[in-house]
Amino acid sequence: MGRLFAIEIIYRGIFQKTLATRISRAIVIAAHHEGKMGISFGRYGDSPERNGIPAKNFAIVATDEQTLEEGMAKYEPKEVDVTLCVDDTLCKGVESWAWYGLQPVNKLLKPGGTLIVTSREGPEAIIAMAHRKETPYQLSILKGTVSFSGLWVYKDDHTDVRLLGAIAKVLPDLFSLQSVQKAIIDEWKDELKATSAAKSYERTSSITVQPNQGNPEVPYKFDLPKWHEMGEGIAIPSIPAGHKMDDPTSHAQGGFQPDRNPTFKKFSTRTMRPVVNFDTCIKCTLCWLQCPDSCFDVTPEGLYDANMQACCGCGVCEAVCPVKECVTMVNETEFKDNSSQWEDWRKDKDGYKVWLQEKIKSHPERSHGFRYRGQYEEQIPEMLEIASEK
Amino acid sequence: MAVATVIEEQKHNIEETALITGSEAIAVACKLADVDVITAYPIRPYDTVMQYVCKLVANGEMDCEYIVAEGEHSQFEIVKHASACGARVFCGSSGVGWMYAMEALTVTPALRIPMIAMVGNRALDDPGAFGVEHNDALAVRDLGWQLVWVDNVQEALDTALIAYRVAEDRRIFLPCAISCDGAFLTHSQAMVKIPSQEKVNEFLPPYDRGDLLLHPDNPITVAPQGNEDWVMEIRRQNYAAMERAYGVIKEAYADFERIFGRSYGNPFFEEYMTDDADIVLLGMGTLSISVKVAIRQMRKEGKRVGFVRMRWFRPFAAEELAKSLQRFAAIGVIDRDYSFGSPYLGGVLAGEVRHALYPGPGKKPPVVDFICGLGGREVTVPDVQKMAESVYKAADGKAQPLTQWIGLRE
Repeated sequence: MGRLFAIEIIYRGIFQKTLATRISRAIVIAAHHEGKMGISFGRYGDSPERNGIPAKNFAIVATDEQTLEEGMAKYEPKEVDVTLCVDDTLCKGVESWAWYGLQPVNKLLKPGGTLIVTSREGPEAIIAMAHRKETPYQLSILKGTVSFSGLWVYKDDHTDVRLLGAIAKVLPDLFSLQSVQKAIIDEWKDELKATSAAKSYERTSSITVQPNQGNPEVPYKFDLPKWHEMGEGIAIPSIPAGHKMDDPTSHAQGGFQPDRNPTFKKFSTRTMRPVVNFDTCIKCTLCWLQCPDSCFDVTPEGLYDANMQACCGCGVCEAVCPVKECVTMVNETEFKDNSSQWEDWRKDKDGYKVWLQEKIKSHPERSHGFRYRGQYEEQIPEMLEIASEK
Repeated sequence: MAVATVIEEQKHNIEETALITGSEAIAVACKLADVDVITAYPIRPYDTVMQYVCKLVANGEMDCEYIVAEGEHSQFEIVKHASACGARVFCGSSGVGWMYAMEALTVTPALRIPMIAMVGNRALDDPGAFGVEHNDALAVRDLGWQLVWVDNVQEALDTALIAYRVAEDRRIFLPCAISCDGAFLTHSQAMVKIPSQEKVNEFLPPYDRGDLLLHPDNPITVAPQGNEDWVMEIRRQNYAAMERAYGVIKEAYADFERIFGRSYGNPFFEEYMTDDADIVLLGMGTLSISVKVAIRQMRKEGKRVGFVRMRWFRPFAAEELAKSLQRFAAIGVIDRDYSFGSPYLGGVLAGEVRHALYPGPGKKPPVVDFICGLGGREVTVPDVQKMAESVYKAADGKAQPLTQWIGLRE
């Protein structure tokens, strides 16, 4: 029996779809240069992709046809040699259409396998986000801003080839840097990209993450019902309307909190989240009115609290808020939990103010596509600087 | 009509390899076959074909009339008419899109239109699943459509070329649908050999509608209304064409092997490790991969299990299949479809296999039916082992439920 290799690419739907496809294709082509065979595919259950929804692509490679068939006999691999996570906020977990509950980012990694994350963060921040795993694994960080594009554009910032170079380093049995460079020339006919892959290969290093390191939280999950337990006629009960909110300090009741989907929490669909300055809020209702996901709870005193079980991180609330820095979008990497900001504010208003000032320093840097001609060119110097960081 | 100028320039005799999906392979076959008219209407997973055809046209690699229709019904009507006028045509759909075209699908074989369609097999609505089930393509099984299932990217490309050759044969003039399992084949990229244009030209003659050509120089009326005094004779003609298809398919595969040097053995069904098998499993499409892997594992434990993968469902090679299946002690049919209320509540394929065995003179091994993989659910290696166990029991004379649901939460 030959050897089977599996690599998954965890990406954000639509914004990184082309990136993920390019990487998994190039993996198969590079392996082909070494006489290995393979297939490249996306997790079909992730379709239809929606903006920002976590999704996966896979490359399965084998040294012979029968071994490849063993790999293809599964809908998706049960374990992988390398996980590429092309947006560091996905290290909090993957909650996609194809998965019920929250899947830890490192779930499929074989013992000793490598998680490669594109990020500006250091290993501490990445390890803190990723759930604990029973077996040790390797972590490698590819320094860079997150490569996001819209549906019709591709941000050719070399994230694809830099990741390919990193794979050659952490999994040399799969393919050499030379094969990666051949595949790059085959696919994109670009010498500069081949050089980028080599630079990334040289710089790539990894550290070991032990079972006692990482987010200790047990990811939420639920069991699917048996056929005879389900209602007939493809009819499902609606989510109850909602209820009044309780003030954690005065125990006054009032306002309105809609009930939310108990099985789809959206914790991992965000790359950023709003933080609210309740002291400056003028209760104009615009955030509550315009939120496409009805994520704002109405508090007993008529304030609006963004509920993280419903927020997709789109930023509409920030855009419509008429008060300066009353609603501010902040990088999702800055948060450890999904608790209520309003409750924290009620319990300790001064402490909340300090917390808020600290958070709003971290403005989101993720841009879904380009808003004006020349924006990409403006970003290049900074991207280059980050990519050269050790 | 489209002229193959671009393709002429690219004429060469070198086989290239490419990393493409099953859908893209069908699109490449359309390019190689120099299809004249292609109509499209998006529905997953078929839409991956139209996207790739579109790309080939935009890149100047393919020259055809590419029409995006306002729905599947007109999509199939347009190519039907184009084919009547002598154009080589391609079309396709999936799931309920295919069903929406149903009226056009019934008249296409009735008018002896050699349309080639790709069905990206998809569960019928509701609940709107994107995954594979075979009920969409099977809905036309009684109407005169030739139906073929493929299980890998290379076979998708090759079969599309063979389908044109067979369908456009003057002895046949019946449409052919190539079924590709959604996701497993339509969305999975594998390395394939792309045949050279010269060899394809040698294999596939131009479409000649002959005396049936709808053209001012050949004044004819197509599809005048007819009643009970005409219909049976018309049906009998289509019956004869489908009867002839069996031989024409054999011819086409033999020629394919001669020209391209790639052999598919028996065109109608593939046999895997059947020579010494006690029992066999039988199924269609990409579930073959899990079945083959499971069989290799079971053989290590001394269980001699074989597999028969049906390619052509219409025409159904009943006599040939019966003769083969009579060698085994019991048969397990894997249905990625359903036929509610059918005999023994089994799936479509099991019914056909039992039917194929019944009239023959030889022995009639017990047939156990397994319904699984619906809506794109994975058919796992342990699922296959479970099926084989039940078939072994049936072979030992132990009564087994005739229809079993496998991989169901129960």
